[in-house]
Amino acid sequence: MRLLSKLLSTLLPIFAVCLLSFGSFANTPTESQDQLTELMTQLPTTKLKQMPALITAIAETKAPEVRSIFTTLMNGDLYYVKSGKTIVKAQKNLSKNYDVSNILTGESLGEMKKNKIKKIRTNNALRGKMRGLLAQIDLTDANEDIRLQAVKQLLDKPNTASITALATLVNTEKDEDVKELMHVALSVNSLKTGMITEQLGAIENLKGSLEPSVRNMMIKKLDDLTQQLAQQGTVKTADQAALAKALTLAIDKIDERRNIFEIIENLFFGLSLGSVFLLAAIGLTITFGVMGVINMAHGEMMMLGAYTTYVIQQAFPGLIEYSLLMAIPAAFLVSGLVGVLIERGVIRHLKGRPLETLLATFGISLILQQLVRTIFSPLNRQVSSPEWMSGSLEINPVFALTYNRLYIIIFSLMVFFALMLILKKTSLGLHVRAVSQDRDMARALSIKSNWVDAITFGLGSGIAGVAGVVLSQLTNVGPNLGQAYIIDSFLVVVFGGVGNLWGTLVAAMSLGTINKFLEPLTGSVLANIIVLVGLVLFIQKRPKGLFPQKGRSAD
Amino acid sequence: MSTFIQSPFGQKIQKLSSLHFVIGCLLISTLYATVCNLAFTEGSFLHVSDYTISLFGKYLCYALLALAVDLVWGYCGILSLGHGAFFALGGYAMGMYLMRQIGDRGVYGNPDLPDFMVFLNWSEMPWYWAGSDNILWMVAMVFIGPGLLAYVFGNLAFRSRVSGVYLSIMTQAVTYALMLAFFRNEMGFGGNNGLTDFKEIFGLSLQNPSTKLVLFVATSVALCIGYIISHYIVSSKMGRVVTAIRDAESRTRFVGFKTEHYKVWIFVVSAMLAGVAGALYVPQVGIINPGEFSPLNSIEMVIWVAIGGRGTLYGAIIGAVLVSYAKTRFTAIMPEAWLFALGGLFVLSTLLLPKGIAGMLPASWAKGSEKENDGIEPSDNYENKRSESNNISNPAEAK
Amino acid sequence: MVVDKKGSPLLAEQNIKPDTRHGVILYVEDVSVSFDGFKALNDLNLYINDGELRCLIGANGAGKTTLMDVITGKTRPDFGKVSFGQQVDLLQLSESEIARAGIGRKFQQPTVFEELTVFENIELSLKGDKGIITSLFHKLSSEQKDRIADVLHTIGLAKECYYAAGRLSHGQKQWLEIGMLLAAEPRVLLVDEPVAGMTAQETERTAELLTSLAGEHSVIVVEHDMAFVRSIARKVTVLHQGSVLAEGSMSEIQSNPDVIQVYLGEDQG
Repeated sequence: MRLLSKLLSTLLPIFAVCLLSFGSFANTPTESQDQLTELMTQLPTTKLKQMPALITAIAETKAPEVRSIFTTLMNGDLYYVKSGKTIVKAQKNLSKNYDVSNILTGESLGEMKKNKIKKIRTNNALRGKMRGLLAQIDLTDANEDIRLQAVKQLLDKPNTASITALATLVNTEKDEDVKELMHVALSVNSLKTGMITEQLGAIENLKGSLEPSVRNMMIKKLDDLTQQLAQQGTVKTADQAALAKALTLAIDKIDERRNIFEIIENLFFGLSLGSVFLLAAIGLTITFGVMGVINMAHGEMMMLGAYTTYVIQQAFPGLIEYSLLMAIPAAFLVSGLVGVLIERGVIRHLKGRPLETLLATFGISLILQQLVRTIFSPLNRQVSSPEWMSGSLEINPVFALTYNRLYIIIFSLMVFFALMLILKKTSLGLHVRAVSQDRDMARALSIKSNWVDAITFGLGSGIAGVAGVVLSQLTNVGPNLGQAYIIDSFLVVVFGGVGNLWGTLVAAMSLGTINKFLEPLTGSVLANIIVLVGLVLFIQKRPKGLFPQKGRSAD
Repeated sequence: MSTFIQSPFGQKIQKLSSLHFVIGCLLISTLYATVCNLAFTEGSFLHVSDYTISLFGKYLCYALLALAVDLVWGYCGILSLGHGAFFALGGYAMGMYLMRQIGDRGVYGNPDLPDFMVFLNWSEMPWYWAGSDNILWMVAMVFIGPGLLAYVFGNLAFRSRVSGVYLSIMTQAVTYALMLAFFRNEMGFGGNNGLTDFKEIFGLSLQNPSTKLVLFVATSVALCIGYIISHYIVSSKMGRVVTAIRDAESRTRFVGFKTEHYKVWIFVVSAMLAGVAGALYVPQVGIINPGEFSPLNSIEMVIWVAIGGRGTLYGAIIGAVLVSYAKTRFTAIMPEAWLFALGGLFVLSTLLLPKGIAGMLPASWAKGSEKENDGIEPSDNYENKRSESNNISNPAEAK
Repeated sequence: MVVDKKGSPLLAEQNIKPDTRHGVILYVEDVSVSFDGFKALNDLNLYINDGELRCLIGANGAGKTTLMDVITGKTRPDFGKVSFGQQVDLLQLSESEIARAGIGRKFQQPTVFEELTVFENIELSLKGDKGIITSLFHKLSSEQKDRIADVLHTIGLAKECYYAAGRLSHGQKQWLEIGMLLAAEPRVLLVDEPVAGMTAQETERTAELLTSLAGEHSVIVVEHDMAFVRSIARKVTVLHQGSVLAEGSMSEIQSNPDVIQVYLGEDQG
């Protein structure tokens, strides 16, 4: 407890600082606000002809409300109240009256009859102008992410005004990524509207681009071209031929790159699924692989780990960001302790009777499930993800690494190698291996085999608990969490070759990858079934797995 | 007396008596229940309610299933955690027939297609539904379906000498995969909901209590036949070979038996018994769905046998009925407690009651084909036994 | 190791006789077996004559048990040839087929069917059809019953005949295993350490039994007890590091300098 409070006292200030610095962003400049309010009063009286100037002025205030004002105006929802000239947003409701709210403050002004308010007029030229201005606001924003986002939007929904704005901005842009994307947007535009030579040039520029809108534009262009030719009915001109050829080539090239990234993405998904398998199976590699104990309650050890995460988040609601870091050692201890209890209480009495061990531990798994059901209710519990787990690392438009998957891959490998180190380099590992290979001999060498058994089992269970922490980030935390993984985990261990840590790694990763590559073809359930059946068949062919342990004693 | 018991003649008498006793008990209680159900009105002291009849009809199906599990596990040492799959396959075969009997009385009133197919907008039945309205074919399927699965799986597994725990996990994976598959609508077996809303069997309405009574009696008869078959098998030389395989498979090979053939054979027989149990179960409960494939179900069957006493046929029956009865009572009184109780049963029975209830009966009565044996437990292979006896011979650690 | 065991076509008819016109019943030629780089057998050559009693000796790890494993089909060699008579290729057969062809084995660790009675143990081992159908409908003929009684008498377990085999003492299990071997009436008997755990008297009886079996059967005995070997051996083969070091009569072996250095040297020391 003392330790905990100490931990808290160190963590809290850090957290407070985070909060404060976050708050400072929300500071609003009051100056532009006043300017905006001033300009807004002119809206009802300005003639359509003078509107462009007014709008430009409004845009130049760079106030955050500009966006909503413009979009409301573009949609034709901007009105002013005849008495008082307040600028409002008004929308027709079911009783044919208007729900009115102040556009600047958002404050609701209740229901009004149509004759109390008047629409602020606009036309298409004005709309285009506003779009351009909006884009420009974003495109000149200080934050490059917002600029990038703005360009992206332009790519998806291009409009002439913003493209023109873009053409001037591209020269002053400093950020490389934004600049590149701007070029892409410009090229797409010239592909769409330019002369043949411009189009060819644009295609050349766009050949390697993975932006979905680039590909769409090219395909559309090609379709148009073929349609044109069909209508024309005559021989195609040299220009058209060149264009068609360039387009086909570019599309092929893009598709090729997209395919590569699709494969890489599948691989990434597969590896992350494999990491989950690895985490789930790695505890079993010790208890089942090294000790030879069948623990059907292994899945429930994971479940306990997941619930530990939940409890920690409930206990420290303010520390969600750090909850996982706290949960990992806690889950290790909880599951490890339960594991030691199971070993001492039950498994030790069933040594050398694997089938009985299987049944008894299955009974334990039922009890643990019901225990959790009784304590936490049978419903799934919500475990939240810390901020740093969400989001993704975008490599290019078609390929992004989500952070949670990335962390899971890294984490599972860390656990794997830590375990490897424990088994290979520490005296505990030496004792474990000694006992697993020849119990009597180890005992004769004064190794306390009972003690080693309990600790080893605790270690395996503890790792399962840690796996549970990770699973809590991926699936629903419920009493059946462990059951879903137990069969897969056993198959992974057997597939890799019992007692072979590297085998488990390879087996887990390859199963995950196979699963993810099958999924797009067959759907996830069928993929699961195919992998299961495939594994069963494989193990029939090679009962000792991918990397069997040979030798006289292996028989 | 004891020398008489140990003489071959005495053994024969005893085997006969145990068989007769069990069959006698079954038939008499069935008769009793039937008579009391029909002859006495409700409220009478001797009345057996329709509810009880349908409940025990279910239990007897479980008993037949337990017999099947015992045959492979108790006698041959194959711990199948996938017998639920055979049970469910038999059940689905029966369910398909019952589904076709609905005819145009379904919700959609389609005379040709079962409701769920209409719902899925299928225009015709999948090929494997062909002949599902033919009772003979479907009865054959009750045997062929589970038998074929057992044959294919057994051949693959036993030939490559997958045994012990590996085999158990493998069987569990198979039933799990089947469960996932049957959950899919595309599989053509009603997906999630399975097959249900049955109307009648052989022209008898399934809602009618008398039909339930007929089914109860039929199940009882099937159990008797299953018991006689199993009893014959385990007391023939076959039974001794199978026991030998359980205790020392590789030794049995060196004596000249093709152990994998024997294992496949007994696995198939057991699967078929389980299939029959499933086929009788479905009309009594009125539904078959993929949940029957769930690994938990299969493990529950194993616990019946473990509690009752594996390696004794009547033990399997006692275990199935007792545990199922306990489940009915428990889930009615305090539903949450059932899994605690079941889990506890697993642990306690393996720790404290390795021979089950049958092991507590007097040894002379328990004499089916198992012997009193100085507390040495049947284990799945003799290597284990050796390591176990090594443990015993090292009492230093026992402190 | 999974080998498709369709079986040798020669075994299609039951009870095929191995061709022993050259007087040799068991050919083991150039056999090598390795486990993870460790050579358990190394180019081993061994010929057993029909009706011969042969003793195999050698230090631990010399490959005696592995050799037995290879002959009985438990272990498949990496190279080499093992045939029963001239024509029956044992490497094509499974353990059970080899046993049915007429090669019986007694294990180092006595392995009997502990849950079955002594009587049933012998019954299962009896020579005859081992198919499923036969097992299902089998009734012991009076001839077979007499045969079982004979065997029980020979091994001295007539009184214990309805005991579960698991209740027997270590020595009795040894006898039971020998009895099982006798009941199978094999052409070749592989006997691994038969006298471990037996009293001096029993050892003597075993020696008698084995010598009486030779002639009609071929017997290969693996034994560490040199006195026992001396008492039964006509021809001795010494294995060392997976191959044959020396072969000959006991006196020849004892005077062989290689053997003295490698094996007997340790024994005397």
